[in-house]
Amino acid sequence: MGTAYAPVLDLAAGAVLVCAVLTLWRRDVRAIVTMLALQGVALAAVAGVLASHQRDAGLAVTAALVLAVKGFVVPGLLRRVVRADPGSRETAPLVNVPASLVFASALIVLSYVVSAKVIAVSPSAASRLVPIGIATVLVGYFMLVTRRRAVSQIVGLLLVDNGIALVTFLLTAGVPLIVELGAALDVLLVVVVLQVLVVHIRDQIGTSELDQLRELRD
Amino acid sequence: MLCYAALAVPFLAGVLAAARPWHPRTGWMMAVAAGLVLALGIALSASTAGGVAITALHGAIRVDALSAFMVVVIGAVALLAALQTSRVMSYEIASSVTTPRLARQYAVLFQVFVTCMLAAVLAANLGVLWVAVEATTIATTFLVSHRRTDRSLEASWKYVVLCSVGIALAFLGTVLVYFAAIHAGGHGAHHHAATLDWTSLMAVSHRLDPGVMRLAMALLILGYGTKVGLAPMHSWLPDAHSQAPAPISALMSGVLLTVAFYALLRFKAVADGALGPAFPRAMFVVVGIGSLLVAASLLIAQRDYKRMLAYSSVEHMGLLALGAAAGSTLAIAAVLLHILGHGITKSVLFLSSGEIDHAEGTTEIAKVTSLLARRPALGGVFGVGLLSLLGLPPFALFASEFNMARAEVDAGLWWVVAVSLGCLAVIFGAFALHARQLLLGDGVADPVAAPRSVIAPLVVALAACAAIGVVAWPLQHLLTAAAHVVAP
Repeated sequence: MGTAYAPVLDLAAGAVLVCAVLTLWRRDVRAIVTMLALQGVALAAVAGVLASHQRDAGLAVTAALVLAVKGFVVPGLLRRVVRADPGSRETAPLVNVPASLVFASALIVLSYVVSAKVIAVSPSAASRLVPIGIATVLVGYFMLVTRRRAVSQIVGLLLVDNGIALVTFLLTAGVPLIVELGAALDVLLVVVVLQVLVVHIRDQIGTSELDQLRELRD
Repeated sequence: MLCYAALAVPFLAGVLAAARPWHPRTGWMMAVAAGLVLALGIALSASTAGGVAITALHGAIRVDALSAFMVVVIGAVALLAALQTSRVMSYEIASSVTTPRLARQYAVLFQVFVTCMLAAVLAANLGVLWVAVEATTIATTFLVSHRRTDRSLEASWKYVVLCSVGIALAFLGTVLVYFAAIHAGGHGAHHHAATLDWTSLMAVSHRLDPGVMRLAMALLILGYGTKVGLAPMHSWLPDAHSQAPAPISALMSGVLLTVAFYALLRFKAVADGALGPAFPRAMFVVVGIGSLLVAASLLIAQRDYKRMLAYSSVEHMGLLALGAAAGSTLAIAAVLLHILGHGITKSVLFLSSGEIDHAEGTTEIAKVTSLLARRPALGGVFGVGLLSLLGLPPFALFASEFNMARAEVDAGLWWVVAVSLGCLAVIFGAFALHARQLLLGDGVADPVAAPRSVIAPLVVALAACAAIGVVAWPLQHLLTAAAHVVAP
């Protein structure tokens, strides 16, 4: 592994962020879900590379868990939501696609600024990449507040979650396994809950455009 | 033993509720379980008030006076909520708002919800605390959308998305604390030596890197603050609390918010060790004042009495944040008394507002009038509850607000006290106006009596709240011991 470790880690972490930005670029909800699945695989690769470099069995288990949950199970659940709502596109996001991409690059710069203090505590090949995780979190937030389809909002939430998982791997080689398992279970349950909720909403109002739900306000 | 029982009782009650179809008896069984939790909480308090901590399950569970106090609050509010469950489900089924199948789902989720809150306050590991708080969101989603109306679905969507995103930030904050602990030096600095256990974090707190801890504390306040309902992260709160069935609103407003606040109190103690009190204090002051301003401005023109109660929760969470900002033992003891007083009072108000909604068929303030004349018992309980909520003597919230203000002045935060008193005056005026519309006015000839089974527990709860306010001495010892856990 030796010399290849740092470039492979760079590549995998970079792929996580690229997938996040691509979800902003694509309008087809199916493509957005595919990007999320690829991101899950890239995230598992980061954990795998770190596990083999540090010879950390716990982290290897986590990598397998991430691959299963974030690479396959969660995107699979989302595809079921999409299939029930064929031809759905993010037709009119609150911020259009080119402006979104410009905004994303500003967020990436911002994340380098805020991460500087954290990196200074322990500079290493892994902690250098923390800004990529923070940027993924910020892009996720941006997606969440500017997209109107239920599925896009769930994807935004999961981008935030994946970004945080990336930071966790890079900084601390994963939190204790019990917390990791609990967190993975929570993510899975949140997606299940949201999936069921989308079905209820669609049954009730006949669309997954959340703009149709605008009754509660002051 | 006691701490295992505190988790096992509500869990087993949930299993029982799942095993059989809904029956009004299920509601009474839930009340018995909640009563047991309350009793166990009191027993745990008695054994931890001396400053000792009980650990169990290979150190995964750790009960100190603060945890024990929170078990008491959870037990008390769960008992009040469970006592009304049977009636609420019965009339909802009778008017086909809900079905027996959904009622069973409600009972199971109610128990899961209570179990998760107990797990959160009993966990020794701050990571496990996070997992439990996130699990409360999952458990309550379908409780908020229980009625399956457009509004309740909208409320629960907002609730899950905003709280999950918020709590994700708290996870990032927790990870940063863990990172700081790994690099706290001392013993070889290898990451297996560091944990997220409360005791080991407090032991190294003064060696945690200040730069990382500042970022961590900001993320934790944003994250758990979302769940607490502190402004500007409060926007899910009035929707979820107004759409959920009354017992769930009582639980969410009365105790779920403060369970998240409990997490903040724990992390604040760690951050105080690493950063000194100034930085955490500044953050708590900002969100506290912000919450008071938001609550005051949105209460004035409020048209819905359930949302009115929800915004009042934002106000009270703001007061808690200001109390925590002061940070002395006196301040934290007052914060804890406020948590208990607010939990009981807000539950009484949400439960009686559920009855008003059921009787009047609307939650609009303008469409409900002269309750005191038409429904004396119900209107009376609601009115007295409002007096308690506004912090009038003899109720517990008077004592706690007074002591929090005193502690804030002692900490040199006199301008904070001035601003919060201004907001409280506005809020008082707003409540007086709305209460006048709801309660006063000429009644029709024959007043309608409310069932005694509904009114009696609420009256007892308000009486307890007043008793705590007058004679706090049985609690004083526990409150001080609990405050000592997170305040020097």
